[in-house]
Amino acid sequence: MKKIGVFLCWCGSNIAGTVDVDKVVEEVSTLDGVAHSQSYRYLCSDPGQAIVETAVKEKDLDGVVIAACSPSMHETTFRKTVARAGMNPYRCEIANVREQCSWVHRDAKDVATDKAIKIIESVVEKVKLDEELYPNHSALIKRALVLGGGISGLKAASDIADSGYDVVLVEREPSLGGRVIQLSRTFPDLDAARDIVLPLMKEVAEHPRIKLLTYSELEEVTGHVGQFNVKVRKKASYVDHDKCTACGLCIKECPVEIPSQFDLGLGKRKAIDVPFSDAVPHKPVIDAEACIVFKEGKCEACRNVCEPQAIDFDQKEAIVEEEVGAVVVATGYSLHPKEKVAEYGCGKYPDVLSGLEFERLNSPTGPTGGEIRRSSDGKVPKELVFIQCVGSRDQEKGVPYCSRICCMYTAKQAKLFKQKVPDGQAYVFYMDVRSGGKGYEEFVQRCQEEDRTLYLRGRVSRLFQDNGKVVVWGVDTLIGKKIEIAADMVVLATAVVPRSDSKELAKKLRIATDEYGFFSEAHIKLRPVESQTAGMFLAGCAHCPKDITDSVSQAGCAASKVKALFAADELVSDPMVAYVDEDTCVGCEICIVACPYEARILHERKKVAAVEEALCQGCGGCVAACPSGASQMRNLTTDQVLAMIDAIV
Amino acid sequence: MRLSYYPGCSLHATAKEYGLSTRAVCEALGIELVEIPDWCCCGASSAHSFNRTLSVALPARNIAAAQAEGLDIVLPCAACFGNMRKADATFREDEKLRGEIEEMLSFQYSGKLQILHLLDVICNRVGLETVRQRVVKELTGMRVAPYYGCLLVRPPEVCGFDDTENPTTLDNLIEAVGAQPVKWSYKTECCGASLALIQPEIVEKLVGEITEMALEAGASCIATACPLCSTNLETRQSVGLPIFFFTELMGLAFDLEGCEKWLKMHLVKTEPALETLQGGPSECDTMPDNKK
Amino acid sequence: MQVIWQGETIPIDFSLQEVVNRRSGQQIQLCYHCHKCGAGCPVASFMDYMPDRLFRMAQLGLRRQVLSSSTIWLCSACHTCATRCPNDIDVTGVMDTLKEMALEEKIKSRQKVAACFHKAFLANLRRFGQLHEASLMAVLKLKTLNLFSDMKLGMRMFVKGKIALFPKRIKGRKELRKLFKEIRRRGKVPEESC
Repeated sequence: MKKIGVFLCWCGSNIAGTVDVDKVVEEVSTLDGVAHSQSYRYLCSDPGQAIVETAVKEKDLDGVVIAACSPSMHETTFRKTVARAGMNPYRCEIANVREQCSWVHRDAKDVATDKAIKIIESVVEKVKLDEELYPNHSALIKRALVLGGGISGLKAASDIADSGYDVVLVEREPSLGGRVIQLSRTFPDLDAARDIVLPLMKEVAEHPRIKLLTYSELEEVTGHVGQFNVKVRKKASYVDHDKCTACGLCIKECPVEIPSQFDLGLGKRKAIDVPFSDAVPHKPVIDAEACIVFKEGKCEACRNVCEPQAIDFDQKEAIVEEEVGAVVVATGYSLHPKEKVAEYGCGKYPDVLSGLEFERLNSPTGPTGGEIRRSSDGKVPKELVFIQCVGSRDQEKGVPYCSRICCMYTAKQAKLFKQKVPDGQAYVFYMDVRSGGKGYEEFVQRCQEEDRTLYLRGRVSRLFQDNGKVVVWGVDTLIGKKIEIAADMVVLATAVVPRSDSKELAKKLRIATDEYGFFSEAHIKLRPVESQTAGMFLAGCAHCPKDITDSVSQAGCAASKVKALFAADELVSDPMVAYVDEDTCVGCEICIVACPYEARILHERKKVAAVEEALCQGCGGCVAACPSGASQMRNLTTDQVLAMIDAIV
Repeated sequence: MRLSYYPGCSLHATAKEYGLSTRAVCEALGIELVEIPDWCCCGASSAHSFNRTLSVALPARNIAAAQAEGLDIVLPCAACFGNMRKADATFREDEKLRGEIEEMLSFQYSGKLQILHLLDVICNRVGLETVRQRVVKELTGMRVAPYYGCLLVRPPEVCGFDDTENPTTLDNLIEAVGAQPVKWSYKTECCGASLALIQPEIVEKLVGEITEMALEAGASCIATACPLCSTNLETRQSVGLPIFFFTELMGLAFDLEGCEKWLKMHLVKTEPALETLQGGPSECDTMPDNKK
Repeated sequence: MQVIWQGETIPIDFSLQEVVNRRSGQQIQLCYHCHKCGAGCPVASFMDYMPDRLFRMAQLGLRRQVLSSSTIWLCSACHTCATRCPNDIDVTGVMDTLKEMALEEKIKSRQKVAACFHKAFLANLRRFGQLHEASLMAVLKLKTLNLFSDMKLGMRMFVKGKIALFPKRIKGRKELRKLFKEIRRRGKVPEESC
């Protein structure tokens, strides 16, 4: 004999003003299985909850129906209440007699009252068939995987490791540092970029809790939050990094010069080289496509001078397997290629650079040692034109969104140019100047005032080469007239876009992306560092364009989320998930295809479907797809639903 | 109280009623006006549109003449007031120019004289309490739109005696004489100043808007503290709205002798505004103006 | 850099901005074109260029266009712009500087009456010491050949005793004329006659 208690809330006059609460309490008390029936003005209040708790204890109730507002309001509250009284919380259900009854039938009180009774009846029938459920406990591996060794990844890894958890950091390039190490100086303080990121790089490389896998890529991720199985492919560098002493002789001896990817093609590197002079780890890597040994079987100059015998042309790729409990995705961004911008030279003019290329020019570690010189003839440019919004805010030929960092870095670059070329003149073509961060507007005003940089409001229509100069056609909307500038150099602030393989990575990680390829957050306001997949967190520009301040903030926040996850001893998850009636299941595998969370597998031995409870989000898709009815939701079985319908009809 | 007095060119001519009512009111309040000896025109808007040195030298000449008496200077005209204050400020800030002008005018700038507008003197130095006590016939029922114009309140660092966007000195004075100041949004809008003689249609437009807004706010007349504003408001409007100088309103309230003379000088009939005054006819009620 | 102004290609010249800044004591390049000045200006709708646009043109060195504009002469010196400018630019002061420069360089404006009026006013002032409105009006009418406007108004004012037939000559007229002469000697002040 089930002993169910029904508690009807007045909700002030929200329910009691329309529904005859006394009548309902009376009618419901006569229902089969109902041992207690009562109403109260505000059930969710402390005294209200106390009433429920007391009744459960005194009458030894084993099921509770709260007839009140929507479950999204207080289901959790009342489940906690009955748990305190010693009852299984999953046998406490809400009957919505407010949003679905009193609020929509204000003019028909009789109808509302009858309907309320029916609703409560149906929920009573449901509770009768409810199982006692207990939250799932699964193993929690307190180790984090951080994808990306840029400033966001470094910050997240450092924070997690400092809190006492182990971290595996995977970085596809030979060195840490990401984009920040490619910059010269940062806004608004004009700090040297290397002073910002280098200490962090060194800290991470030497941290006892961080396992660094550079020159590596993510191959595969399986599993679920708390227990991810990760495969990482370590690319062949052909140098044994344990033996290498970083003496640099091999680099000196190498006869092959190729364009440096780190310098975006503006500078050169050898076939065996470190990407830049401050690289961490400072170990060289051989580019197999450029190396003569691989192409023609000759040379080996590097091996000949290597004392510790660290060069190994037979080195193979390796797969490293790791087990982690959480993943932070900090894979960074790419830039809209200037080659795609036909009206600005199609990438063919040597003196038309992207913003990042300008950073390389301006860096002391760059191809010109920090001197700003034209790529065409090496001369110092006097007339320098900056063009903002190249590819951004351009739904026709680029991306419709704003790339957020360009207004600030353009002002900074104009200032840095004037510092090095005091008799030069900088022009900035802009649509708006977006400088919302702390100290940003003041910085931009200083750039304009101190250096007499001329800000011209208007988009440049085209530029073309003419007699060694780059002619720029724009407009200054502030006088409403056309402007023509014969520039020595042009810098394009190209749009920040996701990396070209971000959608592929998203598939591997089973996280969502937006239409552009940026990884999607769970809620733009309340949950900006979590992806929609449990255990996968986002940081930095992989999520959306942002500056260093916000990237670091977000990385710290993602690290906090990981730490919060690891604070428990086990992973506890909601038991209201799907399950399989193994006797009924025929192993047709339709549910496996239907599940959007890849939470269904085929049991190897039994050849029936099984649920990975930690991954299941309780959406019910499999239940709808299952032709035999073997797939069911706990505490929302087909039998329960039919019982509810019977009660109403 | 004794003050040096700078009337300005228009108070003898186009704003004669302002000159007469100023003297009468000051006498009634015990302010002795010592006219600056042999004062010259301050240059109005033409000097500053022509040459900076000239625009400072002309008011400086008057300050130099007033320094002998050693009294603070009071000016009824807002434009002259602004010019003189500006010159005074320039003397404090621009040492080079000061040196040149001191040389040209053979004087030493003392910097001790305060330069005040008549409205400021009456409301803040004499005080509204004194004004109230002097009132004999409250101007009850008169709804007056207080018009400050530009140069009484702008630029704030030059004028300095009232709020720039929502001044209240004239409002308070109107209340002190028993009339009702109306709330309206054109208190400090420009009348067009000397553009009346350069491009009159501009002044017609501006004055048209000012008088329209005053009427919309329920005013029966406008009170001003600048002769150029008053002339523009009277001569370039088309709605027959009476324009008073604030000193005339004070004269009416103090029941001073001769106020009928001032009222007759107006180009726009003043009776409609005075009809609302309660109490019997006095020597201050005007005769109909049939000299059109 | 060049500006293409109605088919004419004009190379930019930052020296004009330097001169204007020095003479007015303002920094016109601080203007970020929020247009608060133009929005509150009582005469902006009559001007050929809004104040901020004029400053921009000055910044780029479009000398002729700036100094011949009607904008500078239609400014009524109401100071609304200067009071409300978020960058604390004394717009009115800059207008005065531009008028001075236009007169010095003898650049004629689209607004044909203003300069003439101011010069006639000052000539009158210099002659008498205190303004004699009647003779000023007479001179203006003759110079602008605008003989009959405001006639009626003039008559009405005369009848009310508001027009002094005879000028009030101050005693220090000679010193005043010396002052004018001295100022001219020290600077590039143009003739008062027009």
